[in-house]
Amino acid sequence: MAMKSETGKTGRLYRLSVWSVRRMANALPVLAVLAAIVVLWYAGSVAMNAKWAYAQAERAGETLSLSQLIADTQSQNRPRLPPPHQVFAELWDSTVEKKITSKRSLVYHGWVTLSATFQGFALGVSVGILMAVGIVCSRTLEMSLMPWAIISQTVPVVAIAPMIIVLSNSLGIDGRATPKAIISAYLCFFPVLVGMTKGLRSPDRMQLDLLKTYGASGAATFRKLRLPGSVPYLFTSLKVGIAAALVGTVVGELPTGAIQGLGARILIGDQFGNPMQIWAALFAAAILAGGLVTLIGAIQTLVLRRMGMEQ
Amino acid sequence: MTGLWGLWAAVAFWVVAWALNVRLANSAYRQARAVRIGVPVLFGVAILVLWEGIVTGFGVSPVILPAPSAIAAKFAASTETLWLDFSQTVLKGALSGFLIGAGAAFATALAVDRSPFLQRGLLPIGNFVAALPIVGIAPILVNWFGFDWQSKAAVVVAMVFFPILVNTVQGLKEAGRMQLDLMRTYAASYPQTLLKLRLPAAMPFIFNGLRVATTLALIGAIVAEYFGSPTRGMGFRISTEVGRLGLDMVWAEITVAALAGSVFYGLVAMLEKRVAFWHPSQRE
Repeated sequence: MAMKSETGKTGRLYRLSVWSVRRMANALPVLAVLAAIVVLWYAGSVAMNAKWAYAQAERAGETLSLSQLIADTQSQNRPRLPPPHQVFAELWDSTVEKKITSKRSLVYHGWVTLSATFQGFALGVSVGILMAVGIVCSRTLEMSLMPWAIISQTVPVVAIAPMIIVLSNSLGIDGRATPKAIISAYLCFFPVLVGMTKGLRSPDRMQLDLLKTYGASGAATFRKLRLPGSVPYLFTSLKVGIAAALVGTVVGELPTGAIQGLGARILIGDQFGNPMQIWAALFAAAILAGGLVTLIGAIQTLVLRRMGMEQ
Repeated sequence: MTGLWGLWAAVAFWVVAWALNVRLANSAYRQARAVRIGVPVLFGVAILVLWEGIVTGFGVSPVILPAPSAIAAKFAASTETLWLDFSQTVLKGALSGFLIGAGAAFATALAVDRSPFLQRGLLPIGNFVAALPIVGIAPILVNWFGFDWQSKAAVVVAMVFFPILVNTVQGLKEAGRMQLDLMRTYAASYPQTLLKLRLPAAMPFIFNGLRVATTLALIGAIVAEYFGSPTRGMGFRISTEVGRLGLDMVWAEITVAALAGSVFYGLVAMLEKRVAFWHPSQRE
């Protein structure tokens, strides 16, 4: 009895250590590449900011030693390429140090972008799913719609962005949230459409035949076989879709003279020559994208486990 | 009154076209090439007719939504400007950036090919970066490389690099154990295995990346122009014409963008058909 529990314990320990070693083996290369990127970034910031440092020194009639040069390139006010620590100082300053309600808080601007992303995502996913259902149900719809859906994605969405804003303004829709949401929906509906069409068609001949022997109606087959069968495909495309929706929102903020949102921070940082602000907004967008994809991934695991479809 | 008649005619045309499509899609000829092209074309034409009918029927102001006929007229009248913008944005900005970015991504993928350690590090990071809104980097690059097409090409390089890199690295892992073993029994060297087995096997993946990159390239080149450009280019024209409410010109530019995007995508897809003809997705 005692021995049995002993082996069980070591077995678990063994498994745990295998797991952590495997995890380490996965994390190590990523960390190494990240470290290489940081080193390159620092080197690049020295190289790109050196010109300004030399010009300043010459004006002051001084000559710079190498260590002075490096020190100067790492602490300029308006560097061409801000080194990582300056970007993160700005990121820290504009998220943690500022009040959330402040117009200078990245949390506030991030929220503006996030809410437009969610609206666009909801719209895009609904359109994508509806079109997929239509395409699976009607051959006419499939033949007429599918080529245009593909063509719609080859049209650069930014060309349409100013157009959508003019249109929604003249239709009496106030605010910038709606056009942004439409642009982000435009980018995110396509992966959902493709994934969902594939998913609704994933049940094979045998399963369809089985339902036929049950005398199931078309609607029942759809609800009990096709719909559940499409869920794994749906989640895979939702992950692509939410990243695309965020890209769409930021793109929607860029050319439109928006004053709120991460894209607007980039725009304003450009107009006022504040590179740190641009970089901080870029990183905030990256963090947001990572968080959103992770969130969808977590929901996917949860739902699939609930449905008994774990991979 | 005539406008309303036009609207009814347009609706009638749409109904007839839809009925014809239903017949065609369910007929015995639905696999025929002509039908497979004809149905979506008819659908598109019907929507254009409906659009024309609604705009003329309800008397929609051209400042809100110009009719397709007005857009076509503007297009025909200003081909010279459109060509100038096209060559500035697409040929100089997007295409050169696409080629440089694809080349760099391909070279990087080959460079890390012999190091599984670097690949394992690069793949997750590349996948993550490929999902980011990299377009945001546009103002920084315009600042670095100036207003002309070089900065647009730089934005395009940054945007297309990661999708192509990730797909190429993934594709180079596609050759099966058996196939690799066969190459070894032939005593094939590393370059020979790469050239004769692994690169061809990677082609469907590489083209997957290239296809995604075609759209990104145009987006990048146009967005970069919003942050400063010489007085030509599609992004420049669109933003100035929107300001002047010259919406017919904006739609003409959108038409050019749509055509350029579709042709670009189509060219890559055609090349894929030639190169990766053996892949199941290419067989019919």
